[in-house]
Amino acid sequence: MSAPTPANPSSPAHPTKVNVRVLRQDGPGQPAYWERHQVDYEENMNVISVLQKIAAQAQTVDGKKVAPVAWECGCLEEVCGSCTMVINGRVRQSCSALVDSLLAENATEIELRPMEKYPVIRDLVVDRSRLFHALKRLQAWVPVDTYGHLGPGPRINRPQQEEMYPLSKCMSCGCCMDACPQYQKIELQRRPGESDEQYQRRKEAAYEQGFVGAAPISQVVLFNSHPTGKSIADGRLDALTETGGIQVCGNAQNCVAVCPKDIPLTKSIARAGRAATLHSIKRFLEK
Amino acid sequence: MADNQRVVIIGGGLAGLSATMKLCELGIPVDLISLTQVKRSHSVCAQGGINSCNEQTRQLGDSEWKHFDDTVYGGDFLQQQPPVKEMAYWAPKVIDLMDRLGVTFNRTFEGYLDRRRFGGTLYKRTAFAGATTGQQLLYALDEQVRRWETQGMVRKFEFWDFLGPVLDEEGRCVGAVAQDLVTMEIHAFPAAATIVASGGCGLIFGKSTMSVFCNGSAVSRCFQVGAKYGNPEFIQVHPTAIPGSDKLRLMSESARGEGGRVWVPRTPQDPRPPKQIPESERYYFLEERYPQYGNLVPRDIATREIFNICVNEGLSVEKGRMAVYLDLTHIPREELDRKLGGILEIYEKFQGVDPREQPMKIFPAVHYSMGGLWVDFAKSSDGGLQAGDPANQRTNIEGLYAIGECDYQYHGANRLGANSLLSCIFSGLFVGPCIQTYIKQSGGAAVTRTPSTLFDAAVSAQQKRHEDLLNCRGGENPYLLHQELGDVMTRAATVVRHNDQLDSAYAKVEELQQRAARASISDTGSWTNQNVVFTKALQDMFPVAKAILRGARLRDECRGAHYKPEFAMPSLTETDPEARRREAEQWCDRFEENNRRYLKSTIARWNGTDPDISYEDVDTSLIPPRPRLYGLVGAEIIEQVWRERQAKRKEQVATAGQ
Ligand SMILES: Cc1cc2nc3c(=O)[nH]c(=O)nc-3n(C[C@H](O)[C@H](O)[C@H](O)COP(=O)(O)OP(=O)(O)OC[C@H]3O[C@@H](n4cnc5c(N)ncnc54)[C@H](O)[C@@H]3O)c2cc1C
Ligand code: SF4
Ligand code: SF4
Ligand code: FES
Repeated sequence: MSAPTPANPSSPAHPTKVNVRVLRQDGPGQPAYWERHQVDYEENMNVISVLQKIAAQAQTVDGKKVAPVAWECGCLEEVCGSCTMVINGRVRQSCSALVDSLLAENATEIELRPMEKYPVIRDLVVDRSRLFHALKRLQAWVPVDTYGHLGPGPRINRPQQEEMYPLSKCMSCGCCMDACPQYQKIELQRRPGESDEQYQRRKEAAYEQGFVGAAPISQVVLFNSHPTGKSIADGRLDALTETGGIQVCGNAQNCVAVCPKDIPLTKSIARAGRAATLHSIKRFLEK
Repeated sequence: MADNQRVVIIGGGLAGLSATMKLCELGIPVDLISLTQVKRSHSVCAQGGINSCNEQTRQLGDSEWKHFDDTVYGGDFLQQQPPVKEMAYWAPKVIDLMDRLGVTFNRTFEGYLDRRRFGGTLYKRTAFAGATTGQQLLYALDEQVRRWETQGMVRKFEFWDFLGPVLDEEGRCVGAVAQDLVTMEIHAFPAAATIVASGGCGLIFGKSTMSVFCNGSAVSRCFQVGAKYGNPEFIQVHPTAIPGSDKLRLMSESARGEGGRVWVPRTPQDPRPPKQIPESERYYFLEERYPQYGNLVPRDIATREIFNICVNEGLSVEKGRMAVYLDLTHIPREELDRKLGGILEIYEKFQGVDPREQPMKIFPAVHYSMGGLWVDFAKSSDGGLQAGDPANQRTNIEGLYAIGECDYQYHGANRLGANSLLSCIFSGLFVGPCIQTYIKQSGGAAVTRTPSTLFDAAVSAQQKRHEDLLNCRGGENPYLLHQELGDVMTRAATVVRHNDQLDSAYAKVEELQQRAARASISDTGSWTNQNVVFTKALQDMFPVAKAILRGARLRDECRGAHYKPEFAMPSLTETDPEARRREAEQWCDRFEENNRRYLKSTIARWNGTDPDISYEDVDTSLIPPRPRLYGLVGAEIIEQVWRERQAKRKEQVATAGQ
């Protein structure tokens, strides 16, 4: 991701107010609507502090009393992945989106929308469970024998570690999937009388029909390169070559352009693609 | 996998996740409750690393015992020593396990774990994964728990708020009540045992280096139904953070290590841009006051001086906000990029200012809570812990356990860097077999024998609280009250503490608490209502805030992070050798007298409106307390007197034993 344009803090060009336009939605299946807010400008503001001010004010720019805008955040320093939203048309983390740089993009207002590929729960909060389900399906873990003491792990040399570390920084924010043309929104409505478990199972079945997305593919590369993680590499590649697997990727490379952690996603996809091809041939010959 | 064995865990940070995976391995199913996806827990913020004695340091004379010693010395001897000893001896095994789980630790060229040095020790004990060690450790545990989830051993309740433990007539904890943050439904979770692993409480101070999830609500909800809270007044403040309008982000100490200079303009709030202020009008207060150490004075001293300059001397570089300059602009750009690139990028990203061109604005920030829920331990014959004993990590409420940053046990009056990640994972792993024994002994009675009416009543009580809040129209704005609380707490109960300020802060917090009971909720809906959830958390901050203030008020001494200038131990002033010797003797007398009074755990219990404070003895049976003399004038002679006293005492014990 490109670094934000540094702004001069003492520049007199700063506005006293910041206009914000938020795409709100009261719940799943409800209509979305725009709402305008205005907050006092402060130095070094980010979108989180704008939303905090909106919550404290609880009224629109026209003075209409409204419920605070709902959104997710956590670490406020771009490591937890909570706060993803579409800001001025680009999917990104709201904690590292600085008001000064956003106003440099568009001086009149800041536009906030929920992520596009995940179902809205309320306002800017979306349901990203599909992403975590993909990690289950792809067995993104190291299958150790026990948590008892068995001495150190396998030796991993420095170049290997330097390949793996960037991949392990993926914070499941979902930016890469939101920007991907092949990743289609999957949104189900709960049926009357359906139990939690039934609804959950139906959702998961639907997720498995859709594209897994760039981040989970990259996790397969990570775990398939770990000396112990490798032992279930075939299982991961099986999952990666099923419906919604790596073959769906059209190589548009939107993903890598928006990843806030600079994860080399296209490289991962290429590596996973080669592994998947070899794996499919192997499986074919086994038949 | 009988369901009457099910354990409920509140929180999926390092502590909660390691307990979850260990219990699953023991065949005990877990319900895991968290405010957010566990992968997003606050533990991801930890950058520096995790400590253990290792093969490299061993060859230089290090040992588990020395790690133990550094930890209790760093904590000013306020810890119960058996659990700390056990932790230090487990540390190498904890890191081995994390290594096996695939944590991408930095490596030496040959492929061994690389180590760095951290504060409070002479050895390179700290293993790290780039500048994101906490994130990497958390992910490895998260992956293991996901693995157990696919096997049906774990049910995750993410985006759920723990509202309180459920106690039966005998006062045993038989489960928890929690609320779904999406649907706002409230449910009971019957459990054979309940573990709280909810992390720190930085939000009580308004802004801190912690995540927004660290609001202390879970701990407060246990405290309010009778759980003891230990050492509330011990709050660690990090000297250098970046003041932001939403959060105080950590700025690593290495910036000063590489030559960064701290200063303020001599004219209060000088309006000129910093680069235009001439040298003669700059006050390099650390360099002037500590010519020997300069900007690299120990962490607590740097913190106190910066605070003092802003709060008491009014020299903050900004009006209405506290900040001093940390200046790197005299160092060549390429040198900065090579040595400090990563952390400078954080500053650049969040402040939109290039610290290679402009001095950074920094200020101390609340960083860690040493205190927390009081927990018991079972001492073994070798002075460590008795493995598998159900007393370990148990609160004073049977069936309710606490682990991780929310327990009070491992860090005493001050935590050493890179020891917290260790205590979290250690306590999580260690508690597993202890819970297993407890369930065996109690036969999961909590679940099978508790009448469902008890759980129904607990749910209705919480339902009522929720609805009362929704209907409350008292006119108070919860977000603004939170800011006020944060201001009061930050002024009175962080770096430097004065009794009169603590008294007035207590009165102010009392007033805010009453106003918070009259909060108006601007969202009265029953779907993803963050407004009401925040207000509930705010109301529950007050009992903990009061315990912090009262604990601090009653502790008339300086110990670790708790500093009252009025009661500081003096430097020696006599110059004549004999007089100086006598002065040192008196110093040691006073030190011992002070320890007799205050080397005790503060115990807070909630009486419904205020905390009652009492004191409990600290187990210092393994390493006798000794004075911390860093930077004190006369340290050598005090140390000599102290050593002679200790030797004499040993002799007496030896003769008495004959
Ligand atoms: C910026 C920073 C850097 C640090 N660096 C280091 C370092 O380098 N080395 C080191 O050793 N330590 C470091 N620390 C300290 C360390 O990160 C923490 O002490 C540790 O991560 C705490 O882990 P935990 O498992 O106890 O809690 P957390 O990781 O805070 O997890 C708490 C869990 O409880 C849940 N929870 C809380 N309240 C509720 C509720 N009411 N209902 C339901 N769930 C709830 C949360 O959702 C979360 O899952 C650092 C701390 C900070 C702030
Ligand atoms: S490269 Fe593949 S995963 Fe990335 S955006 Fe394009 S289609 Fe999506
Ligand atoms: S790969 Fe990057 S964009 Fe995608 S989820 Fe991970 S961190 Fe986010
Ligand atoms: S709040 Fe954690 S990534 Fe933005």
